[in-house]
Amino acid sequence: MDFTLSKEHEMARTLFKEFAEKEVKPLAIEVDETEEFPRATVEKMAKAGFLGIPIPKEYGGQGCDVMTYVMCVEELAKVCGTTAVIVSAHTSLCCDPILTYGTEEQKQKYLPDLASGRKIGAFGLTEPGAGTDAQGQQTKAVLDGDEWVLNGSKIFITNGKEADVYVIFAITGMVEKRGRMTKEISAFIVEKGTPGFSFGTKEKKMGIRGSSTYELIFTDCRIPKENILGQQGKGFNIAMHTLDGGRIGIAAQALGIGEGALDRTIAYVKERKQFGRAIGAFQNTQFQIADMATKAQAAQLLVYKAAMTKDQYTKDHKTSYSVEAAQAKLYAAEMAMEVTTKAVQLHGGYGYTREYEVERMMRDAKITEIYEGTSEVQRMVISSNLLK
Amino acid sequence: MKVVVCVKQVPDTKGGVKFNPDGTLDRAAMLTIMNPDDKAGLEAALRLKDKYGAEVTVVTMGLPKAEEVLREALAMGADKGILVTDRVLGGADTWATSQTIAGAIRSLEYDLIITGRQAIDGDTAQVGPQISEHLGIPVISYAQNIEIEGDSVIVERQYDDRYHVLKAKMPCLITALAELNEPRYMTPGGIFDAYKAEITTWGRADLKDVDDSNLGLKGSPTQIARASDKVRKGQGEKVTLDPSESVAYIIDKLKTRHVI
Repeated sequence: MDFTLSKEHEMARTLFKEFAEKEVKPLAIEVDETEEFPRATVEKMAKAGFLGIPIPKEYGGQGCDVMTYVMCVEELAKVCGTTAVIVSAHTSLCCDPILTYGTEEQKQKYLPDLASGRKIGAFGLTEPGAGTDAQGQQTKAVLDGDEWVLNGSKIFITNGKEADVYVIFAITGMVEKRGRMTKEISAFIVEKGTPGFSFGTKEKKMGIRGSSTYELIFTDCRIPKENILGQQGKGFNIAMHTLDGGRIGIAAQALGIGEGALDRTIAYVKERKQFGRAIGAFQNTQFQIADMATKAQAAQLLVYKAAMTKDQYTKDHKTSYSVEAAQAKLYAAEMAMEVTTKAVQLHGGYGYTREYEVERMMRDAKITEIYEGTSEVQRMVISSNLLK
Repeated sequence: MKVVVCVKQVPDTKGGVKFNPDGTLDRAAMLTIMNPDDKAGLEAALRLKDKYGAEVTVVTMGLPKAEEVLREALAMGADKGILVTDRVLGGADTWATSQTIAGAIRSLEYDLIITGRQAIDGDTAQVGPQISEHLGIPVISYAQNIEIEGDSVIVERQYDDRYHVLKAKMPCLITALAELNEPRYMTPGGIFDAYKAEITTWGRADLKDVDDSNLGLKGSPTQIARASDKVRKGQGEKVTLDPSESVAYIIDKLKTRHVI
């Protein structure tokens, strides 16, 4: 087993780090304070190819592996959780299902614009009554001639109002499954500007405050028949498989947030003096830093392993990465919460102020334990695989 | 249109400076970057590629490790990379370096050669103009803007308080300032392609029309007697005074230190 990154990956990390430090870090406080979507940064990321990293070149992407994409999200999250999740939701939740389940026409139509960042992607599964329980969906799609007619709403949608292309899930009928009638779910591609597609309220959030989180409303929204993504009735599988990939992106975001807080804390405890010496000279601080760094390292190994397993899936279309993704997200998210909380504690009173960014990182970390499957759901995924 | 860009791998000053026991820079032990002026020169060439479809060849001289800057240049969009490396070329000053680079460029076709104004490790600003002398072509240094008009280049040459607009027939050489432009980032896909691309490696035998007496340490008229890290000054003393008192204050300080 080789833990050394290739030269290509090392150089890619240098690129992501330089970009994050130069373009993203200086705006992180402002993005959080103003709750404004960092449009200019997204345009710069688009120009540098960051919005199509694992998309094949034939569809206008960078043709890189998941590992490279994960390192990008990680480095962005070290300085700004908002910017990281914009890339993650766009890539994992919109580009990836279109690449995996789309027809050749759909891939040709949507991927070049998405991979180049001319258009931004989003994913709509969650509803007021359907979070973890996807069967609780109410949004319906009815075929009327050559069009699907969508009615219903989606909530907590990342990139909500800023996106141009949405992968949306809706009920397309009822089917009998093991003697019970269950909802048949299908996936669709919906474009911004389609009549009947509008936006509801913007969420006011604890963290990742610059990310555009909106309610999507569909009122007799008619989309072409060919905009169904994958087979009719396979929506649940598409959603679950997409979320397996999404979790690797969120795990990378959590990893970056934890690492970013650790970096700042190491710098701070070397400088901050109490009782005549740097607080880093006290054994309590040293032990805390040791624990934080060890957990961050463990999280990184899990996240990279999940990325490599998904890369294997890209090659053979067989390898499952569901458990690896769940373990990476579970551990990295809990690490991020623990490390950022300790970072605030080690910063003392300053850590509680918005001037020192560990406070924002602690708020940003919390969502990684919740979205794209809560930590409890990750435990269900992992254990159900072990106990089947 | 063919453009040759000369780049140098230099120590990243953010990573600290390290020396060999003999006082020379321990380049292998330091973090490195592409010299900022050279990077602006490369960006200028890549913009000519975007606009006119120019072919961009990047040349560097250095240790085998200097291949990294060529990979970086390719990841930004350059077409070819040439590494000039040979033990006999080591220890070169600006004279021997410019002889080496000119010897390499003689084997290439070019309309334009772009170098950085100066490298952040040597700060001489001599190599670019020297290359043009060896090749017998015009040079315009300190370019803050470059335009192409037919078979000529029109360059804004920077001065402290103004700039001159100069026109030169190609082939010619331009030395670029870091403020010429904002260099683009590498692309992730470009990085992977760059590592698949072949880097041409040239040694002494590949240099054209250069005499051995002009190469390497032996061909260098200047020798570095000693190099040392910059001695960091203290924070100094800051005082806020009325202008009428400040002159007397400064004179007094200078007298105390026996400066005047």
